[in-house]
Amino acid sequence: MKPSRLFADYGMVLVLALLCALFSALTFSDQSPTGEAAAIQVAKMLGQGGSRPARVLIATRDQPDDVAYAAALQRLLSAAGSSAPSVSVVRGEPKDARETLQRLAASGERLDVVACTQATGAWLVFSNLQADFPSLGEPRFVSPRSYRWPNFLKSENLLNIANQIAVIAIVAIGVSMVIITGGIDLSVGSLLALSSVLSARLIRDYAGGIAASPAGMLLCCLVAIFACGAVGAFSGAMITRFSIPPFIVTLAMMLVGSGIAYILAKGQSIYQIPESFVWLGRGADFLNVPNAVFLMAVLYGLAHILMSRMKLGRHLYAVGGNSEAARLSGVPVRRVLMFAYIASASLAGLGGVIMASQLKSGSPTYGGMYELYVIAAVVVGGTSLAGGEGRMFGTLAGAFTIAVIQNGMNLTNVESYTQKVVLGLVILGAVLVDKARNTR
Amino acid sequence: MIQAPPLLQMRGIVKSFPGVKALRGVDLELHSGEVLALLGENGAGKSTLMRILGGAHKADAGSIRIDGREAPFNTPQDSRAAGVAVIYQEFNLVPGLTAVENIFLGRETTRGGLLDKHTERARARELFQRLGADLDLDAPCRCLTTAQQQLVEIAKALAFDARILVMDEPSAALTAHEVGRLFEIIRDLRSQGISIIYISHRLDEVFAMTDRVTVLRDGSNVGDRLTANITRAEMIQLMVGRELTDEFPQRSTIPGPARLEVSGLRRGRAVRDVSFTVGRGEILALTGLVGAGRTETLRLLFGADPREAGEIRLDGRLLNIGSPSDAIAAGIGLLTEDRKTQGLVLAHSVRENFALPNLERLSSQGFVRMRAEREEFARYVEQLKIKIPNQEQRAGNLSGGNQQKVVLAKWLARHCEILIFDEPTRGIDVGAKFEIYRLMNELVAAGKSIIMISSELPEVLGMADRILVMHEGRITGEIADPRSATQEQIMRLAIA
Repeated sequence: MKPSRLFADYGMVLVLALLCALFSALTFSDQSPTGEAAAIQVAKMLGQGGSRPARVLIATRDQPDDVAYAAALQRLLSAAGSSAPSVSVVRGEPKDARETLQRLAASGERLDVVACTQATGAWLVFSNLQADFPSLGEPRFVSPRSYRWPNFLKSENLLNIANQIAVIAIVAIGVSMVIITGGIDLSVGSLLALSSVLSARLIRDYAGGIAASPAGMLLCCLVAIFACGAVGAFSGAMITRFSIPPFIVTLAMMLVGSGIAYILAKGQSIYQIPESFVWLGRGADFLNVPNAVFLMAVLYGLAHILMSRMKLGRHLYAVGGNSEAARLSGVPVRRVLMFAYIASASLAGLGGVIMASQLKSGSPTYGGMYELYVIAAVVVGGTSLAGGEGRMFGTLAGAFTIAVIQNGMNLTNVESYTQKVVLGLVILGAVLVDKARNTR
Repeated sequence: MIQAPPLLQMRGIVKSFPGVKALRGVDLELHSGEVLALLGENGAGKSTLMRILGGAHKADAGSIRIDGREAPFNTPQDSRAAGVAVIYQEFNLVPGLTAVENIFLGRETTRGGLLDKHTERARARELFQRLGADLDLDAPCRCLTTAQQQLVEIAKALAFDARILVMDEPSAALTAHEVGRLFEIIRDLRSQGISIIYISHRLDEVFAMTDRVTVLRDGSNVGDRLTANITRAEMIQLMVGRELTDEFPQRSTIPGPARLEVSGLRRGRAVRDVSFTVGRGEILALTGLVGAGRTETLRLLFGADPREAGEIRLDGRLLNIGSPSDAIAAGIGLLTEDRKTQGLVLAHSVRENFALPNLERLSSQGFVRMRAEREEFARYVEQLKIKIPNQEQRAGNLSGGNQQKVVLAKWLARHCEILIFDEPTRGIDVGAKFEIYRLMNELVAAGKSIIMISSELPEVLGMADRILVMHEGRITGEIADPRSATQEQIMRLAIA
């Protein structure tokens, strides 16, 4: 594909990249490595210093990050085998450090290196070590070096963005298909809630509650997704058999779905589900990538292939572009529309399961306004509400644009009310950019 | 005698669109009380020129004078103020509003801030009387026939005292009878001092109606003559830039035995008991007035609408056609009357349009075989001489002739045995028409059967092996030897 074509198809990616650059610039700040990363850095610095140290003191505070740092550094230093230094660890307050130093001085040992964190490096107790403890010699002070890096671009933050948008992005796959056929699906937010409630309730009532087995949970989730698919089939049937506009049918199903979710949950959250249920929403089994994000990536890959390489995809575009011309060309228009609405509802169901897993509960309040965020993602991604055009990765870019804006504003301390205003304007702006690009 | 300046004088009009120079300095003059024919192949720039006159486009260069004084034509309001009304091919009517509401749209008569419906209505009735027309003033425009909608457009123009009326292909969607009515109205308007610019591909009409012809080719003037001083052949030669010896290509195929047998087709009042057969290698023409049930009949045959009764047999085998896909599977293809709304997905590429009915064959396990698709389309592009820069070209950007060829390629690739051509040359220029005719001849020579619907009687007489004439949902006559038939003969059967 030519670059110009690529830009025409995925111009949103450029906007997204610009946003990322903007937020990176705004959140540029000092970063001090902690935990294992810091340990690796310090170990490397010690290795470079010509003569290997024989005696090392690691000074840390009593904090998880520092503990991890100390443990990792100890492990790294001892990995040197026979030439491994003897290590003492301080964990706590400056006075603990003073006690340890006194003990070391009393035992008449020399100290080669004091490995600090950024915080402990500034402790007063170390400031005049040679005067206070002349017997310890002239230890070298080593602490992890700080560097400049945007908060926005830290890998935890990027994965966090992806994880937060995963549900909306997955639901947007189905809604993109529906919008490409020239329809609309307003029911996805409610179906998401319904699916979260249904799966949670099935697990509580029939799969053994907090003692439920993985297979039982899987089955409950599949039933919930299937139930949502059935609602989608019903919407599709209303639209294709009775020619009721999709807006009205899915608006009705939005109310119905939400109502059923409240009835099933008796208006409350259902949280009697096993700890292991959070695997899907909070786990990260592959290369540190959250499972939900991984699932999202796989689904987008499949959807892209479906839309760009398969007969069904062509049919979806053709029905949206000109349904009469498609019908007269032998396209089974009704079946194609049924597929779109079932896919949309099922993916909303899947989104509900993921959300229940992320929050370890099912609630009828989940997914409020999600249909609008999802539609925004689709539209920002360059899909026309008139149907017939749009790209799956465009939708993904649209979803990420929304997530990046939200995240970036959180990082730059924009308050939440202002965020809404900005987000609304950005959606408008993105569509304007898209229009300008198309008329050029 | 001092010669008065012409009513309208367009000088050196230049207009470019991205990638296309549509007009390269065109001149046009229109005198008071004159009917001027503006001729040219599709893409010659006629419509663009008229859009500039109507204020829908802004010219890049050139001047427009009304009564010798230069006037701005930057917006439709400017154009209207200068007394110009343009009736585009696609009517500018709001479908849900009534004739009266449409006529006064944007210039509503009010009294005390409220709509003065009474005055508007009286004024509208007066206008229609002046046009000698009678139509339901309270029906929404979408319920009116094409001819009636056209009348509403004309009335709209008269309502603001237009002195120049531009009509772009006004007869294209009308039946022969309605065209006759339109001519009367045009003559009437001329006698009332209104000048008319008339755009048409139908040369008969040009001779019948106009005083002078201006011919454009590739965005430039190529001729300006009095209609009385030009022959049909000269006109065509000016338009296409070469000599056309014959409007209809010769064919030597002799139709074989019947292949498709249709009997007792029925649906409501539109189609009442229609039976006919089509032979191998035969072109059967179905003609009649618009609304006679021709398109409706063939839509039943194609499964586009459900039929109430009737049997369809192909090669003696009874076909169970309940949907277009059934018909397509049986080897029937339909080139619809309206390419834009029924034949093509305009926003999609020509390649995708081509592949749409052929995806079954061009895919395996649900995956489209992109390479096979491109290669096969490339073959048809070459065979049909489709003029496109590349396969990703949007179908909506093509000229009428090329669009029709893409639709034709769609069905040829399906190897359809029976092809239905509904108004195959509507809105297509002379050169492309000839090619479509040539392709039709090639198809029947290869043993295919063609059913053609056409309102253009010369085309029906020139192309068909046999003609069926319909009237009010029934077949009212058959002409077995079109070569020796006349247009009058067909008209008599059509009016029945």
